[in-house]
Amino acid sequence: MQPSLLIIVLLAVVAMAYHLGRHRSIATVGGIRSVPRLHSLPSYYGAYTALWCGLPALLVFSLWLAFESNIITHLVVADLPLETRQLSPERLNLVVNDIKNLADGNILAKETDPGIKAAADHYTSLETTSSAALSVVVLVLGILGILFAWRRISPELRARNAVEKTVKALLIACSSIAIFTTIGIVLSVLFEAIRFFDIIPFIDFLFGLEWSPQMSIRADQVGSSGAFGAVPLFTGTLLISLIAMLVAVPVGLMSAIYLSEYANKHFRATAKPLLEILAGIPTVVYGFFAALTVAPFFRGAGEAIGLTVSSESALAAGVVMGIMIIPFVSSLSDDVINAVPQSMRDGSYALGATKSETVSRVIIPAALPGIVGGILLAVSRAIGETMIVVMAAGLSANLTANPLEAVTTVTVQIVTLLVGDQEFDSPKTLAAFALGLVLFVVTLILNIVALHVVRKYREQYE
Amino acid sequence: MSSAQKPRTIDIVERTLRKRYSAEKRFELYGLAAVISGLGFVALLFISIVANGHTAFYQSFVKLDIDFKAELIDPQGKRDPADLAKADYDALVKEALRSQFPQVSSRQDKRELNKILSSGAGHRVRQRVREDTGLIGTQRSLWLPVDDEIDLFFKDGSTAIDTIPGEGIASPTGVEGEVQVLLTTNSFNAVLNEVKESLLRKALLAEKGIGDLEMNLQRIEREIAALDRQLAKEKAAGNEGIAAGLDTAKLNLLAERKGLVEEAAAKTQEAADLRKRAEAPGGDETLSADLPSYLVRINGGLVKASSVNNSGIGGKVLLPLSSATEAGKGDWEILRLAVPEGDRRVKDQLIAWITKLQAEGRIEKGFNSNFFTSGDSREPELAGIGGAVLGSLYTLLVTLALSFPIGVAAAVYMEEFAPKNKWTDLIEVNINNLAAVPSIVFGLLGLAVFINFFGMPRSAPVVGGLVLTLMTLPTIIIAGRSALKSVPPSIREAALGVGASHLQAVTHHVLPLAMPGILTGAIIGMARALGETAPLLMIGMVAFIVDLPGGFTDPASVLPVQIYLWVDSPERAFVEKTSAAIMVLLTFLIVMNAVAVYLRKKFERRW
Repeated sequence: MQPSLLIIVLLAVVAMAYHLGRHRSIATVGGIRSVPRLHSLPSYYGAYTALWCGLPALLVFSLWLAFESNIITHLVVADLPLETRQLSPERLNLVVNDIKNLADGNILAKETDPGIKAAADHYTSLETTSSAALSVVVLVLGILGILFAWRRISPELRARNAVEKTVKALLIACSSIAIFTTIGIVLSVLFEAIRFFDIIPFIDFLFGLEWSPQMSIRADQVGSSGAFGAVPLFTGTLLISLIAMLVAVPVGLMSAIYLSEYANKHFRATAKPLLEILAGIPTVVYGFFAALTVAPFFRGAGEAIGLTVSSESALAAGVVMGIMIIPFVSSLSDDVINAVPQSMRDGSYALGATKSETVSRVIIPAALPGIVGGILLAVSRAIGETMIVVMAAGLSANLTANPLEAVTTVTVQIVTLLVGDQEFDSPKTLAAFALGLVLFVVTLILNIVALHVVRKYREQYE
Repeated sequence: MSSAQKPRTIDIVERTLRKRYSAEKRFELYGLAAVISGLGFVALLFISIVANGHTAFYQSFVKLDIDFKAELIDPQGKRDPADLAKADYDALVKEALRSQFPQVSSRQDKRELNKILSSGAGHRVRQRVREDTGLIGTQRSLWLPVDDEIDLFFKDGSTAIDTIPGEGIASPTGVEGEVQVLLTTNSFNAVLNEVKESLLRKALLAEKGIGDLEMNLQRIEREIAALDRQLAKEKAAGNEGIAAGLDTAKLNLLAERKGLVEEAAAKTQEAADLRKRAEAPGGDETLSADLPSYLVRINGGLVKASSVNNSGIGGKVLLPLSSATEAGKGDWEILRLAVPEGDRRVKDQLIAWITKLQAEGRIEKGFNSNFFTSGDSREPELAGIGGAVLGSLYTLLVTLALSFPIGVAAAVYMEEFAPKNKWTDLIEVNINNLAAVPSIVFGLLGLAVFINFFGMPRSAPVVGGLVLTLMTLPTIIIAGRSALKSVPPSIREAALGVGASHLQAVTHHVLPLAMPGILTGAIIGMARALGETAPLLMIGMVAFIVDLPGGFTDPASVLPVQIYLWVDSPERAFVEKTSAAIMVLLTFLIVMNAVAVYLRKKFERRW
């Protein structure tokens, strides 16, 4: 049975369990009129039965699916001839891929080895067995759960308390997912990064000036160790983020000031949502805009005044990224500007200050911590932004501060290193995780600082 | 009085008042400019995408009379689907096309002619036959897609064709092959002058090229001189190793200089030749592929000028003439294609054929339904977003099915039940931080955990859905919490007061009241998930997938990733496809956000 079909069948069984439990509880007290004799409402007995039916079955179902493929692969590999099993891990991986492809019915380019063919058949048969076994186990567990609950239902059973306890436990489990996600991110990135630092020293990675991971494709190549000095990536990321902030901060801040201090209600009501459209546009669209409209425009403009502008210039990527961040800066600034108490404005006006003087000498200084916090959050967005730079910035790691040249960023390198064919043990692939670690740590620090600053500021005026 | 020496405050204020007011005005203008430039960016983005993409919804089709020959399609006459699938439908289509131009005979011309049709035309015919085997043995007219370059030729108008009416009487010397068109007046003078002008422009360009080459040459000379000085110094100091290295460097430079000198000489010659041709009065002029093309339409045919002089042109017949009789004033014309043939993908001969087909009403624009139904393809005219939309749908279904219940549960726990302790503080900090973690990091998580650790399939919507679930959860939880927070405590207290349990109070009263807010947050989260690309690149959803995905574990792409893939494609026609795909994506997003706004407006309650 297909997993999705099995889930639907299981849900049907759970629905049935609810009804059975409900009716059973009514039957134990002898009819609908005697329901008050039950400890809980009949629906709680139904839910009690449904939980007993569904929860264990679902748990087994998810664990089974999570580990099924690994176990089957392990079994198939264990049955391979000895010489195949003793191949290096990468080669073995290739063989396993061949077997899987063959089992999926894909035609392989080369002649198929009879051994692999047999293994593929073995794989397919194991898969069928596992799928059948899963269906049987899940459904039997569901029915056993119903039977168990059925036997326990009695007027004295505290069904509501049991159900509420379970539901509460489920709620806690759901909210803990956030923690597990963070742990998952840290562990997955950290493990691979540590393996990377076993090959390339941490200091070389963090302070090296040359980045050329592409060199290490073949082991016998000259300079096969590649170069994993990440400084050009960091400077490239910072350069593009800086350009983005130079666009986003003035425009975003000034529009926030104008919309909250100057604009009439009507203008504000139309302009604000229109500006926020920019926040809802997918980044891949910005990337397209940068690569096909803005970059050629800058190139042409540069040529007209006698400058050579790379077609993958940091300028184009940075400006478009800045456009993307405008609504972010403006709505955060808007919030903090509106949080400045009206009495401070009134005081300034009473002294005869004009609006602009009030804004620049009273409101901005008062709102500054909040604005800085917002800008920090925006910087963290810019550093972590991927699609715009993947599509509009370059791949070559130039160590330069010239915005007209092509630079590359951390996120671009993560994508190029991990997209496409990859072996999971080469420093090239692991380098992506090391970069991911740096990215995660830097954005995390920025976020914590920014959130802290913003919160502190809010408390000040509350 | 003292006021005579001390200036009054009001005077100081009034003196600076004008300046302060103008500063005030300026400041307001800056603000307005910022808002307007922000709105301008929005407008620019939409305009550039719509301008690029609106044409992709239409496509040119050519009508061909296809002879469904039974002996070709189904030689055994059994109507066996396997036989029908194997038949050579491309040959059928090509034959139908060739029947339109019986005069095309050479192999090369035939190959050129086949460029009109999309490579998927045969497949279309196969589908028609499979749907209706009754077609076999009959003759039908079918509308088939044209090649993407031809399609672009009709759409973008970058190959503009100007018509110059013919003056005087023109007489062709033949109807086929190489012919001459002779004139009684010197109407070709204008053409000749234009050609000379183009030649002059090219001569100027070549002369400028010489200047650049000479500057390069001078630079190299300087480098060689510097090298010589250094060489002498090193030799004097007795550094043989360095001197040897410098020697090789010098040799390289000398070789480079030699190349440059030769290049400059060739360029000088070219420039001189061009100038001579441009400045020579009258006379014959040969037209090459790097000059604009001139076609003469006469007697129902088309002649391409390869040489021109005052009294006529000579050239190759692109479309055969009906007769070699004279054509009077107004009965013939000159077509000018300003873009040189060498710079065009659609050559003159092809243009001649398709303009003939167009004149016969055999080429028409139709709605490009294929764009919405089919999967990816290397051929722009066959590529569609159907597969990507389905992939997005499957991915979002997984995301919604997981993130909505989990998100609501987490929000309810955090807002209604959570005691104030270290654990809940930790959860809260985590949720806030996860909301700001770059999306690509979630992709790394998906790659390391779901694919490498659990061995789940690559490129599958179910893995994409899981990754996006983790990514959208914080959004939904935060929105859910603020919706729950806005429900006044009196509702809870009333429920508890009539004897409901805490959970009953929440599920029966608080949650339904908070539902519109939670739904709004969920829809906005889904919209973000729909537009997300980076994490899906990590888990292999960038594969080139032609087939429509049939389930949650089939390899699939999603709409934004499809856009990313198309941007990278070299074919020009993919630009409009990409823009059109973006238009579809933005439409989905706008609809989702509009629903969210509507829900909020309709169900929002002020307590």
